[in-house]
Amino acid sequence: MNQPTLDTSPKVSDEIRQTTCYMCACRCGINVHLKKGDDGKKHVAYIEGNRDHPVNKGVLCAKGSAGIMQHTAPSRLRAPMKRTGPRGSGEYVEISWEEALETATSWLKPLRESGPEKLAFFTGRDQSQSFTSFWAQNFGTPNYAAHGGFCSVNMAAAGIYTMGGAFWEFGQPDWEHTKLFMLFGVAEDHDSNPIKIGLGKLKARGAKVIGVNPVRSGYNAIADEWVGITPGTDGLFILALIHELLRAGQIDLEYLARFTNAPVLLDDNGLFLRDADNKPLVIDRNTGEVSRFDAPGIYPDLAGRLRQAGTTHRTVFQVMAERYTATEYAPDAVAERCGIPATTIRRIAAELAHVAFNEAIELPIPWTDFRGDHHTSMTGRPVSFHAMRGVSAHSNGFQTARALHILQILLGSVETPGGFRFKPPYPKPPEAHPTPHGGVQKGTPLNGPHLGFPRGPDDLLLKEDGSPTRIDKAFTWDNPMSVHGLMHMVIANAHAGDPYKIDTLFLYMANMAWNSSMNTAGVIEMLTDKGADGEYVIPRIIYSDAYSSEMVAYADLILPDTTYLERHDCISLLDRPICEPDAAADAIRWPVVEPKRPGHAGVRGFQSVLVDLGVRIGLPGFVKEDGSAIYTDYADYITNHQRRPGIGPLMGFRGEDGTETGRGTPNQDQIQRYIDNGGFFIHHIPEDAQYYKPWNTAYQDWAVNLGLFDAPQPYIFQLYVEPMRKFQRAAEGHGDRQPPEHLRDQIKHVMDPLPIWYAPDAGDPETYPIHALTQRPMAMYHSWGGQNAWLRQIHGANPLYVPTDLWKQHGFQDGDWAKVTSPHGQITVPVALQAALNSNTVWTWNAIGKRKGSWALDPDAPESTRGFLLNHLISELLPPKGDGLRWSNSDPITGQAAWFDLRVKIEKVGAPKESQPAFPALKSPVGTGPDRLSQKVGKS
Amino acid sequence: MTQLPPPSKVKLGLVIDLDTCVGCHACVISCKGWNTENYGVPLSDEDPYGAEPEGVFLNRVHSYEVTPRTGGAAQTVHFPKSCLHCEDAPCVTVCPTGASYKRVEDGIVLVNESSCIGCGLCAWACPYGARELDPAAGVMKKCTLCVDRIYNENLPEEDREPACVRTCPAGARHFGDLGDSSSDVSILVAERGGMDLMPELGTKPVNKYLPPRPKDTGSEIDILAPLLTPVIDTPDGVLGWLDRALTKITP
Repeated sequence: MNQPTLDTSPKVSDEIRQTTCYMCACRCGINVHLKKGDDGKKHVAYIEGNRDHPVNKGVLCAKGSAGIMQHTAPSRLRAPMKRTGPRGSGEYVEISWEEALETATSWLKPLRESGPEKLAFFTGRDQSQSFTSFWAQNFGTPNYAAHGGFCSVNMAAAGIYTMGGAFWEFGQPDWEHTKLFMLFGVAEDHDSNPIKIGLGKLKARGAKVIGVNPVRSGYNAIADEWVGITPGTDGLFILALIHELLRAGQIDLEYLARFTNAPVLLDDNGLFLRDADNKPLVIDRNTGEVSRFDAPGIYPDLAGRLRQAGTTHRTVFQVMAERYTATEYAPDAVAERCGIPATTIRRIAAELAHVAFNEAIELPIPWTDFRGDHHTSMTGRPVSFHAMRGVSAHSNGFQTARALHILQILLGSVETPGGFRFKPPYPKPPEAHPTPHGGVQKGTPLNGPHLGFPRGPDDLLLKEDGSPTRIDKAFTWDNPMSVHGLMHMVIANAHAGDPYKIDTLFLYMANMAWNSSMNTAGVIEMLTDKGADGEYVIPRIIYSDAYSSEMVAYADLILPDTTYLERHDCISLLDRPICEPDAAADAIRWPVVEPKRPGHAGVRGFQSVLVDLGVRIGLPGFVKEDGSAIYTDYADYITNHQRRPGIGPLMGFRGEDGTETGRGTPNQDQIQRYIDNGGFFIHHIPEDAQYYKPWNTAYQDWAVNLGLFDAPQPYIFQLYVEPMRKFQRAAEGHGDRQPPEHLRDQIKHVMDPLPIWYAPDAGDPETYPIHALTQRPMAMYHSWGGQNAWLRQIHGANPLYVPTDLWKQHGFQDGDWAKVTSPHGQITVPVALQAALNSNTVWTWNAIGKRKGSWALDPDAPESTRGFLLNHLISELLPPKGDGLRWSNSDPITGQAAWFDLRVKIEKVGAPKESQPAFPALKSPVGTGPDRLSQKVGKS
Repeated sequence: MTQLPPPSKVKLGLVIDLDTCVGCHACVISCKGWNTENYGVPLSDEDPYGAEPEGVFLNRVHSYEVTPRTGGAAQTVHFPKSCLHCEDAPCVTVCPTGASYKRVEDGIVLVNESSCIGCGLCAWACPYGARELDPAAGVMKKCTLCVDRIYNENLPEEDREPACVRTCPAGARHFGDLGDSSSDVSILVAERGGMDLMPELGTKPVNKYLPPRPKDTGSEIDILAPLLTPVIDTPDGVLGWLDRALTKITP
């Protein structure tokens, strides 16, 4: 045979630099291979996963592997820009950094002196929230939040109020031990690689996966059983499972008694009976006596009753059992609304019980609980759950997420082997979080952290006249527990001057003029609307983005950010950490290549720009007493900032010689040590501290030692959330702080301290009978992927997927278009058939549609001609109720944007020239990309 | 016409688990990245930011819907597809220049780009659509099974596997010697009923697919039903049951 000789050991690269991915929010470790190019300089040649990294363990998704195309994207901004044409025209001139920073300073500094609240600073997919909030707090504005309010605050808030942590960043299934995994409403991400790795483990050993989702794609495609639930009814389904388990006694009584507030006694007002030290009280089953819940040696009695002053006080468990064993929660009563046969609900309840109790596991690891009781082993209930936006993005999402946590807790499957496990710094109960702060004083920092967990009405951020402190109306009676703010209301409220007008809107990495806003066309109008004086209603807009997104066209001043390979970042325990159930972990990004934009003023990492602005404005925390800078840039801040003495953004390599972990003085070599360590640091939890973390003294001591908190803080899970009852009591007329009359009934209803289910309000179901959803594909992250030459070949356009019955009913054929109408708006879009779909639901991929002229795409790109946004159908406000009030389209507890409440009607129409509504093309500040890519860094 | 060598003893190939593949396209892009920078000419993209972007990919994922004949809910199957490194590879025998060849030592099917004239006959002959002509360079591109990774002494040993296998987050892709019946991949194929793609064509693919496990099999008449027997439907209700149950578990 004449077989050519082949070099099977070619050189792979000239250097590997290890940093953290930013192609989505997952924060995987990556190996960036650099090769010398024709210019003799090292260029990014190939990106793969870092095998040692705790998040992705070597694997990498499509987005991560396509990072090179994001790094070289023609849509990258190149210089600061000042608007020259009207907003929305896309007409800009490039300016120097000095001019840009001086312009921003000249706008912001006077605001701080005259009224800091006139600045609204909101960040989108920000991974530096502990830093951006620190800046905003020192500026003194109450108007700061990141994007959690329109993402998944329901999940985070419900989890923390119930059990001190939620899914995803807070915890994950015990993939090694779980035998039955139930996945609620997770589309194809959140999180990305870890769920896929976990599913792979379950599949490899044949463990059962049940997917509860109206759409059977992605993870649900490989689920062994698919429950194609009706959108928005997950809570009802879960409460029916709870009904069955309670009626059959298939619950973990010992777990409930020891580790939850199920045995806590309730007083006449539905508040906890407490002792003089404010400790909730239980009956000790050993003695029959009343005792504080955490007293050593007691065994809290779920069946306890206390007769006192003519009243019988019952336990939380008794109240809860009475509620959920009622027939209104029986499978037969909910089946039709959920679109799930009652027999299926009962069978799944039986499977949960079977696996939790008949297939329980026992790890021979002794441990000691917070009451001092020694346990010789760890008992596991190997059923686990995960949920995300499908549950979260409904106006009943908070109570639904609560219901799911209660199901987990009743089964004894939280923080036990085979169940759900927290990741440090969680578990962390609401009491360990701050309360919200909104104390504004001219020229001074805010009186505390913006965001926090209200304990009751006293923690609402209301002015003396009862009006909201914050522009987004977070922490008001409209949505008392809006712990992440309401980014989706900022522009609408600022435009309406409700509750007040602002001067400068400062946004970072949030495409609010397109896919990140509800009511996109309306938001565009608000951003461009002028008052009678001819001035913009929102007078000034500053925006920072790395790319030519739609939002860029609506700002007055653009501060161009770097790509993720050109910047410093820290993935901090103070922020959104990347820990594992068995370890604390944090990580950095560092400039693996220098940001170069030849011929232009160049780009700077946004956080370093904020440091610079902080110095120019003279913010405490950024300048010394003599006015000189504390930090030269963000890297300097990462190294030297101390939140508490010895506690900084990074936990690893602390102390002068870098030998201390968690606590220690700043180490000037810390970032280099991280680089040498692969870009991350990991600190393992000892074996006897790895489960039962909220109650496990070994874990509590480990956490204190690391600096997660300063004293052990064991707590019990809150099946019954007392702060909610406090809001409810206010609505019943108790206390000084009273809700406005129009919200009184809503508060009474929704702030129930035990989970309830209510139907989302999405317009008349007769007129708008079909549910409409979006989900994010695994190969795209919001609008970012559209500019990526490789990824857009996977998802370059997005049809509306229609289930079989509706497809036939409307006589659709391949290539047809539909007019889709909601109470708010109308779109005309291409349709496609999908059989594996809830029969009354349509859906499409999120954020594939692009505005012409954005992202350096050609104006005739399919993203603009056939792609579309469902956002046009969703308003930030509910349809007017005739009371003259603006009702937010949000969860009434947390303010979570209710994206998935949407209902529509559809109608077959002739094919238009392009998807409707169509918008005029933006003038691109970066032109469009090349006609061909055929590149190789290492030519030889 | 190009001749195939006698069947090799070592048959390197992929085993792709359709029960585990979530359709994330990680393998598609990792392959694109590695093979743009490595073996042969880069994988080019025409009109990458325009109306009809069309690039060369050596591995693509297609998604199908399957509605069971027996009724029940439709299912979604994600199906990654690349060169199957067939034993009787029609793409090799059809090649007029000898550019297309099957390696003697491990059975990998490759294109020697320096003798490829870009005639496209091999792509036409391949029944699996696994070959794509690079329009920028005018040569045929196909899966190399990362021949420049799997033996590469510049890579750590654990990385000497195809890029698609290394990156697959769900672990749905496996690489090994299907000529060795005791290899991990051969055992996996035996245990899970691994299948050839379109065996009737006689191409004898080396790559194997593990079929999806049966789905939605939960029986509605359930052996677990006794677990849900009510315990609280007694005159003393929840409290009575609770007291009895607690007495059993407390000292």
